[in-house]
Amino acid sequence: MIADLGFFGLLTAFLLALYGCAAALYGHWQRSPRWVASARAATLLTFPLLTLSALSLVYSLIDLDFQIEYVASVTSRSMPLYLRATALWGGQAGSLLFWSWLMSAFAAAVMLRDWRRDRDFQPWVILVCLATLAFFLAMVLFFENPFVRLWQGITGTVWTALWQPGGALPYIPRDGNGLNPLLRHPGMIIHPPMLYLGFVSFVIPFAFAIAALVTGRSDDRWIRVTRRWTLVAWLFLSLGLLLGSRWAYDVLGWGGYWGWDPVEIAAFMPWLTGTAFLHSVMIQEKRGLFKHWNLLLVILTYDLVIFGTFLTRSGVLSSVHAFAQSAIGPLFFLFISVTLAVSLALLSRRWQALKSDVEMTSLLSREALFLLNNFLFVSILVICFLGVIFPLASEILTGQQITVGPIYYESATRPLWAALLLLMGVAPLSAWRASTARTLGRAIWKPLLGSVLVAAIMLLNGIRQPGALLGLWLCAYVVLVTSYEFWRGAQARQAKGENFALALWRLVARNRRRYGGYIIHVGVVLIAIGIIGIEFFQQETQGRLAIGEQLQASDYAIEYVSLAEFQSADGRLVDRAVVNVYRDGVFVRELYPRQDFYMESQQPMTIPGLHSTWETDVYVLLVSWEPITGGSATFKMYVNPLVSWVWLGGFVFIVGTLVAAWPNREMQAVELQARSRARGLPLKAR
Amino acid sequence: MNKPKEEQTSILGRVLAWIFLLAVLALVAVQLDRSQRGVLTRGEAAPDFTLTTFDGQVFGSSEIEGKVVLVNIWASWCKPCEQEAEALQAAWLQYEGRGDVLFLGVDYVDTEKEALAYLDRWDISYPNGPDLGTQIYTAFRARGVPETFIINKMGEVAYVKIGPFQGIDEITSVIDRLLEP
Amino acid sequence: MKRLALLIALLVLSGAGATPAAAQEGGPTPSPDEVNAIAKNLYCPVCANVPLDVCGTAACAQWRQQIADLLAAGYSQQQVYDYFVQQYGPSVLAAPPPGGFNWLIYLLPPAIVLLGGFLVWRSLTAWKRKPRLKAKLCNTKFAKKIEDELKARRS
Repeated sequence: MIADLGFFGLLTAFLLALYGCAAALYGHWQRSPRWVASARAATLLTFPLLTLSALSLVYSLIDLDFQIEYVASVTSRSMPLYLRATALWGGQAGSLLFWSWLMSAFAAAVMLRDWRRDRDFQPWVILVCLATLAFFLAMVLFFENPFVRLWQGITGTVWTALWQPGGALPYIPRDGNGLNPLLRHPGMIIHPPMLYLGFVSFVIPFAFAIAALVTGRSDDRWIRVTRRWTLVAWLFLSLGLLLGSRWAYDVLGWGGYWGWDPVEIAAFMPWLTGTAFLHSVMIQEKRGLFKHWNLLLVILTYDLVIFGTFLTRSGVLSSVHAFAQSAIGPLFFLFISVTLAVSLALLSRRWQALKSDVEMTSLLSREALFLLNNFLFVSILVICFLGVIFPLASEILTGQQITVGPIYYESATRPLWAALLLLMGVAPLSAWRASTARTLGRAIWKPLLGSVLVAAIMLLNGIRQPGALLGLWLCAYVVLVTSYEFWRGAQARQAKGENFALALWRLVARNRRRYGGYIIHVGVVLIAIGIIGIEFFQQETQGRLAIGEQLQASDYAIEYVSLAEFQSADGRLVDRAVVNVYRDGVFVRELYPRQDFYMESQQPMTIPGLHSTWETDVYVLLVSWEPITGGSATFKMYVNPLVSWVWLGGFVFIVGTLVAAWPNREMQAVELQARSRARGLPLKAR
Repeated sequence: MNKPKEEQTSILGRVLAWIFLLAVLALVAVQLDRSQRGVLTRGEAAPDFTLTTFDGQVFGSSEIEGKVVLVNIWASWCKPCEQEAEALQAAWLQYEGRGDVLFLGVDYVDTEKEALAYLDRWDISYPNGPDLGTQIYTAFRARGVPETFIINKMGEVAYVKIGPFQGIDEITSVIDRLLEP
Repeated sequence: MKRLALLIALLVLSGAGATPAAAQEGGPTPSPDEVNAIAKNLYCPVCANVPLDVCGTAACAQWRQQIADLLAAGYSQQQVYDYFVQQYGPSVLAAPPPGGFNWLIYLLPPAIVLLGGFLVWRSLTAWKRKPRLKAKLCNTKFAKKIEDELKARRS
């Protein structure tokens, strides 16, 4: 019954989505607001319907209704409640439904805003949102239906169907397969939703961009309207990526947080264009430049989002992440090709009209530096894309199967990241229109000197690697420049008589976007510091230890104490070692690296013992052990300096985005006043 | 003011961009098509391959021509492979004497030490060799282990078995049928 | 057993002739760190995109043992890589072996970045070279008055 309810919600939402597309188009063609309003209503309705579907599936998952094939494939009796609920996105069908639910949520949210000023955009935004939704729902309904159930015929064969076939009885397996052990972790609750939130929310700026292209508007209205959407979408995507890294670090037992896996890169690429887009739109708002760039970047972001979703499901690439290959691959491919071709054709048609006749007067002006920013991000994107495509090209064109590993990505992008760090420290000090080397130099020299001092101190402290020194110098420089910006701004306010704290507060409150952005930059620097720490200074070692023996790396040592084997409540065979951690001979704490063996899926998992401080992480893995006696065991030990700063950076992202995106009622009222006055219209009461 | 040169480069740029885009899409399309194709099926011509056994014997197109050949792709780390090891060896003993049946074991991505230990453990006497560079596995478009391909005397794939054989009868029924004149 | 010993001897002899100047690793048993240093640059031939040094499966443990055996037999690092490529195909390496088509992946990124940089530079300087329409204003009386007033305000 529940499954029927869920399917009903799906089907109706799909039909509504198709209807909404048609109604929006018809409404535009006939210039009929009523039809557009009908399309809007259809969009709004998809959300409760899909919520019904999603809730039906979640209920079935928690209830362990094994007759439903999806439930049997991703849950099992031994799974705790929270994992059963999150199994919604543990398999192909459920995750597509989840994606669709998010899409309907955002489309509905966008419909709830005040459209009075943007009537001409409305039909196109509805069309783009509903077309995307319809596509995903079609995938779910016709290829990966989560509500198909298991039936058994008289002869004993089992097959799947939505409704009871003639002569067949419900088939209910005794137990489900259970979720892939890799996914059974609290990180599972939050990483996929966050990532999907980021992906799906980028559809909205794209929808508005298409609306602007189709309606022939060359102003920045579409950007201003979606400004907060973009910011929040960016935050979700960033957090999704960071959470994925954290989860890999905690659970996969690789000693690292990012493997340059093709699917990781597939999620990373829209982040690159999204970040470039976030910055580039500021230039269009302030000076009307980069119109082509912004449209191109948002189109790329949208298609990279769909491409990323496609890569994991099509069987084109194999990866830790990849869902099993299915028939939806070619359809995704078709969808991407069509949307890309249409978007680019629209852009191409309006190319000349979007040319700005404003000029860039100085190579060091903020506009020029932002152009450099765009270029750097797009270069990194191209390098990543090349790395993903190359094995494909090699296999097809030469028949040779090759792997493009981390060494390619790291060495090719390192100089570009360094350049971006440098930009973060120069662009805030540059002026609009005109900056000469002298004016910029005057602003730069103090933070530059400070950062060189910091670098010198580090050199004296024994850091010798040029790459690390360069990176840390750049980080120090950016922190100093950003602090300097805060200090300078607060100082200027202080001159008017406010005390420093109040000045700082008011400064940030009056310029939320700018200073929120600076806070985010500081977050980026923290992440950079963490990455530099682990990439340049990680130490690892492996060794076989008898009980009481020690393994040494850097100034840490681990001592093998004991090993125990037991069955856990949820069907795992656990082999858990106890090790003592010493630093310079002083006991720090105990760690419990272990190996879990999931009986039902016959899969082993290596869970590290982790000791985290701001300075270093000590990461211990149990590799193997002597069976039965456990008299000796092999451990692998990593000492990862500064890694915790990466996670801290993520928190700073949240703070910075909150500051930047926080609605400013005061400013909105002021802006409205100014615009009304400019038009000679009376003030409208809100 | 649009200088002709500017417009030329703009058009050139756009043409290049479209070409690049189409090239990428074409690549992905081809790969997609390939991955959808699936494993080698009945009726298709068996690919040419050369297998050098652990003993140093070489089996190429000339050695397998005109014979019924059973190509079994396995690995020592593959648990399901063990299920069929006994059946395969027993079947081989039945056909060994005849000159027109050949069993070839293709060891996929394995270490020699472990492979030889596996063969020893199951007393396997038919020729076995490593699949160097995974060439045979790729040629047969295999997707996992164990997979078995039985090739008839005309060099066509007559039977494909994904997963382990359930018993010796499964093997002998197919080969007997192929041996009929 | 004899077969195995003969085969290894053959391999060692053939390997010994290949790279005379290569460093001979370990003697009897190479340490796990030495094995991991090589395994880091190899990928598990079976599990997708998992580096060999962190792969947890039994098969990967066997491959690491294989590396240890080869090192103990006197193989150099490069010889171990070559052996793995011969056995399992070039996809087992973490970076494509340079040669032929693979040169593209090494040459394209710097080429693209340089080309892009050049285009950016050109568009920036082209922008600068655009005729300054505003120059005409400087000739009017009105403009002079504005200039004077601005100067007065600045001081």
